[in-house]
Amino acid sequence: MRNLPPLHLHIPAPHARPGEAPDFSYLTFPAPGATRRPAPLTPEAEMRDLPYGLIRVLAEDGQAVGPWHPHLPPALLQKGLRAMMLTRAFDDRMFAAHHQGKTSFYMKSTGEEATAAAPSLALQPGDMCFPTYRMVSFLIARDYPLANLVNQTFANAGDPMRGRQLPLLYSARDYGFYSLAGNVGSRFGHAVGWAMASAFKGDDKIAMAFVGDGTTAEGNFHEAMVFAAVYHAPVILCVTNNQWAISSYQGMAGGEETTFAARGIGYGLPGLRVDGNDFLAVYAATQWAAERARANYGATLIEFVTYRVAGHSSNDDPSRYRPSGEARAWPLGDPIERLKTHLISLGEWSEARHEELAKTLHEEVRAAAKAGEALGTLGQNPPPRREMFEHVFKTPDWRNLEQRRECGVDQ
Amino acid sequence: MTQMSMIQAIHSALDAMLARDPNVLIFGEDVGYFGGVFRATDGLQAKYGPTRCFDTPLSEGGIVATAIGMGAYGLRPVVEIQFADYILPAYDQLVSEAARLRYRSGGEFWAPITVRAPYGGGIYGGQTHSASPEALFTHVAGLKTIIPATPYDAKGLLIAAIEDDDPVIFLEPKRIYNGPFDGRHDVPAKPWTDEPGSDVPEGYYRVSLGSAAICRAGEAVTVLAYGTMVHVALRAVEETGIDAEVIDLRSLVPLDIETITVSVNKTGRCVIVHEATRYCGFGAELSALVQERCFYRLEAPIVRVTGWDTPYPHAFEWDYFPGPQRVAKGLRQALEA
Repeated sequence: MRNLPPLHLHIPAPHARPGEAPDFSYLTFPAPGATRRPAPLTPEAEMRDLPYGLIRVLAEDGQAVGPWHPHLPPALLQKGLRAMMLTRAFDDRMFAAHHQGKTSFYMKSTGEEATAAAPSLALQPGDMCFPTYRMVSFLIARDYPLANLVNQTFANAGDPMRGRQLPLLYSARDYGFYSLAGNVGSRFGHAVGWAMASAFKGDDKIAMAFVGDGTTAEGNFHEAMVFAAVYHAPVILCVTNNQWAISSYQGMAGGEETTFAARGIGYGLPGLRVDGNDFLAVYAATQWAAERARANYGATLIEFVTYRVAGHSSNDDPSRYRPSGEARAWPLGDPIERLKTHLISLGEWSEARHEELAKTLHEEVRAAAKAGEALGTLGQNPPPRREMFEHVFKTPDWRNLEQRRECGVDQ
Repeated sequence: MTQMSMIQAIHSALDAMLARDPNVLIFGEDVGYFGGVFRATDGLQAKYGPTRCFDTPLSEGGIVATAIGMGAYGLRPVVEIQFADYILPAYDQLVSEAARLRYRSGGEFWAPITVRAPYGGGIYGGQTHSASPEALFTHVAGLKTIIPATPYDAKGLLIAAIEDDDPVIFLEPKRIYNGPFDGRHDVPAKPWTDEPGSDVPEGYYRVSLGSAAICRAGEAVTVLAYGTMVHVALRAVEETGIDAEVIDLRSLVPLDIETITVSVNKTGRCVIVHEATRYCGFGAELSALVQERCFYRLEAPIVRVTGWDTPYPHAFEWDYFPGPQRVAKGLRQALEA
């Protein structure tokens, strides 16, 4: 007989709840520039320290430092900054529109804008992004028409999804943005298949897919990782670790047992852990993994460490489960402020230009929203109802045709 | 024309499509070097190379997810699920993704995939190698479900499925892979040789999705069946001498409602036969459709002859399997009412 204490069941809990002081002391982040940058074609077995580091380029003072500094032209940085600012303005406007009853639902990407804007600009035309629903900055960085976004949000006659989808569940094939759905994780494997198809055809396109920290617990995540590893698929698989899956903190997905980037080790995939609020680091990591994928070296797993500043959605009240000051206490700052400070330090930006741009973008969003409202808010001027029977199949079958008549929308 | 068994005809369809369309590729568990546990892909990897026909991890969800992504890219993947019983880990992919991709994206993306799966009992496979899950797919808007009953149809329908731009579930009645089993398990199994439907062209041809076949014309009662049960129904008709019209549906979705309606309006009686469990089975939908469209011509209640509402029991296979005697009883029931 051994004299052991009885077993006890561990239920993970976040480090602070409402009414308590925010606490991120359990997170240890290496200093900017500290994590090494192996050549992109380095064997995976020689890079198993990377998932435990943190790729950071932007220092507190706005200087770009270390081996991951991508040395991007200022015009590209300004484009990234503009995309993130426009995204934030757009999110604010659409969130407000929801409160005014103009649509059914909204989800903001506040604080996470860099994780989609930087990959959008780092990928090539023809590549395909398999996004999450918190990645509208990917489309905005590619100058996707705001009118389409507004019309989809309002499900009006101009909605490209023809009134079939909740707000934010966009699809934009020509912009390299795969069709979204509200269920999480089930497109991760599509990205692997899409990338395998590119390799099968001998093309040069790659895929980039995203899930959140919570979704890494889904079987789809692991299935996609296995297929990506087995077939050396030219795909970049990303975990946007924004700390919260609705009310479940990232520890509930196993994030306190190891890093999400370290999930790659078990599959033999390189894992990069990246400061997701650092536009330059996100861009550099994407470039590194893309170079590896295009060289037939297969997939990379990237964890973007960021923070979900807003609630999960318009139906969520995060003050019920996390401290109110948590966003301000987040140690990796705000992606817009950090890129702005960097551009100013380069002499390529100023407070005045920033303010002026903010004003211009606010106007741009206001004009797009007004135009969308004029075309119709939710329920006011939807796409033709008969279209709800289209696209079930390529050609409607007799049930679609009969039911269209039964519904009274045949003409 | 060549004499082929159903498994040879399926192999021939895959061979023909690999030769014809460079965007067709085949993958699944054990389908590559080995050629599949039922030999459907025997020799295809050697003939077309390892990227056209290859093995996968044991991951039905991963197989179908990969196929959908490839389909969205522009390929025409044909995947094998080793037994239909094992398709459930892929069910989310089929229901939430493949079936809705075209609809939810406003027509921007679609998944022209074919998912082949051997299904049905009568092979002493127990409850994990005998299931008939067709109703799980026919219930889903956006999926097509095909079930052949002869080698000729198996090849023509499979080619049409692969060329179809919608996702197709292609269920293969494995009990009749090698011969047209009519439900009499106590007599020697017969091969396909010289049986109707076993003359199969060597090359490319299509049997269009959505057309049923009248395999025996008759006046007294309409029998709706598919897969193995077509042969069981024909046997029951022969044994009873009843002048039944036996319809092989071939395609559950899209369904040839016209052929069904015309026949039942003529005979006034209808017996539905399937091996799957009865409750909410595909027969329930057939029964509702016939009732809605033929009620004033019906002279008797519609009869369903099906598997029992239990898992498929290993030792009681022939008590479970709706053999010719049960079908005969159903025919008499429909006629006597």
